[in-house]
Amino acid sequence: MPWQLLKYGFKRSHDEPRFFPEARPLKKQYDVVIIGGGGHGMACAYYLAKDHGITDVAVLEQGYIGGGNTGRNTTIVRSNYLTPEGVKFYDTSVKLFEDLADDFDLNIFYSTRGHFTLAHTDSALRTMRWRAEVNKHLGVASEVVDLQTLAEEVPYMDLTCAGHSPVLGALYHAPGAVARHDAVAWGYARGAYNRGVELHQKTRVLNIRTEKDEVCGVETDRGFISCRKVISMVAGSTPRITEMVGLSTPIEIYPLQACVTEPVKPFMDTIVVSGSLHVYVSQSSRGELVMGASVDPSVLHSTRSSFDFTEGLADKMLDLFPFVSRLNVMRQWAGMSDITPDFAPIMGTTPIKGFYLDAGWGTWGFKATPVSGKTMAWTLAQERNHELIEPFRLSRFADFDLVGEKGAASVGH
Amino acid sequence: MKLLDCPVIGKRPISEFDYMGEIRIPPVDADEKTWSEYVFNRKGAPCSLREAWYHRPTGRWYVVVRNTVTDEIEAHVDISEVQYELPA
Repeated sequence: MPWQLLKYGFKRSHDEPRFFPEARPLKKQYDVVIIGGGGHGMACAYYLAKDHGITDVAVLEQGYIGGGNTGRNTTIVRSNYLTPEGVKFYDTSVKLFEDLADDFDLNIFYSTRGHFTLAHTDSALRTMRWRAEVNKHLGVASEVVDLQTLAEEVPYMDLTCAGHSPVLGALYHAPGAVARHDAVAWGYARGAYNRGVELHQKTRVLNIRTEKDEVCGVETDRGFISCRKVISMVAGSTPRITEMVGLSTPIEIYPLQACVTEPVKPFMDTIVVSGSLHVYVSQSSRGELVMGASVDPSVLHSTRSSFDFTEGLADKMLDLFPFVSRLNVMRQWAGMSDITPDFAPIMGTTPIKGFYLDAGWGTWGFKATPVSGKTMAWTLAQERNHELIEPFRLSRFADFDLVGEKGAASVGH
Repeated sequence: MKLLDCPVIGKRPISEFDYMGEIRIPPVDADEKTWSEYVFNRKGAPCSLREAWYHRPTGRWYVVVRNTVTDEIEAHVDISEVQYELPA
């Protein structure tokens, strides 16, 4: 790197090569069309090319790369889930995340912070003991810690919670981390592009054409593309896509809001989550406090944010961290989260041949970016579900075989 | 949407309500597939959704048609339109 920097310093022109290619015309046919150019879509394209040698792939994105929920989440990566299916899946993701920067030759600001989930009630504490045991059994670092440990590790937190609902203990997950979400999408996109995948931004899918329950092409606002395999990786827009192929799913869209404060000097080196108070917070590498709460109360296809959210969040934040009363909220935003009844994703094959689904990512999608891309690429190449995603198949609802991840979704469910 | 304008009680802040989701009528004498569709599947795509809201302070239920893109209430639905008989 230093040599590169020195050479760069002596160069006359300091133009960096374009990260993404200029727009090209759409071809008439591709082997695989990926709908959605967020982290998941890009990761799937990347692993299709890298692991399976499938490069005749077009990624269609109605906005810009990483501009949807990939750029709207609070970037937390963890694997301390409740069900064995969930823990195995997200643990694979955490391990992939840890090697991602080397894979991409790009700094994704992956920072292992440790993750505290606070318990304010006996029942919460009981679920945490359960989670810790499941996690340990599957080799994931996870333990219940007492108040003294919390006081030492998070000294700036008011453990009495302003007297409202005192903290009783916490679940500590050492591998809990944050990463720069944009860089994850960009890294995957560049890797996929360099291996021959085409990225088409500002390209909206209008319809998916099927013949006898088999995919034969995709209509876009830039023309028709003929293809045999289509995968939808569009998070909050999933119901619009499944409606095109006449597939009904349990997915409902609820807005999830988040905000950041002005930047301050680093004081917070962990991630703190309270499920009972509906708040989670970490300090970004720029010094801003990144905060989020639970999803909005009713179904809505919108990314508007509301004052109700900041007001409610500030109320809870001040109970835990009274001194942040002096900080101003700098930005707030919302993303559309695709919520499923069992708080687990819906992945894999569908009753329509050639149509694959990667959806139901609700409030837990960013942390699954690498593993979802990798397993969906495998599923596309092999035309059957990867073993890690078998529990998350769409038919689990018809089979009354749900996953039951409710206890471990981070906040507000 | 910050206020929900309802018959009898008038305009009330949305925080006084519980959202009870899409109004659905259960099947009678159905097979497992139909049941699973009723229990789990939802109209996920943007639409005018018939949904129930519960007003906690007065204990009243309201059924409204709401546009799930603009968040506007389009109509109130009379309860007789959504009621159904339980199988004997």
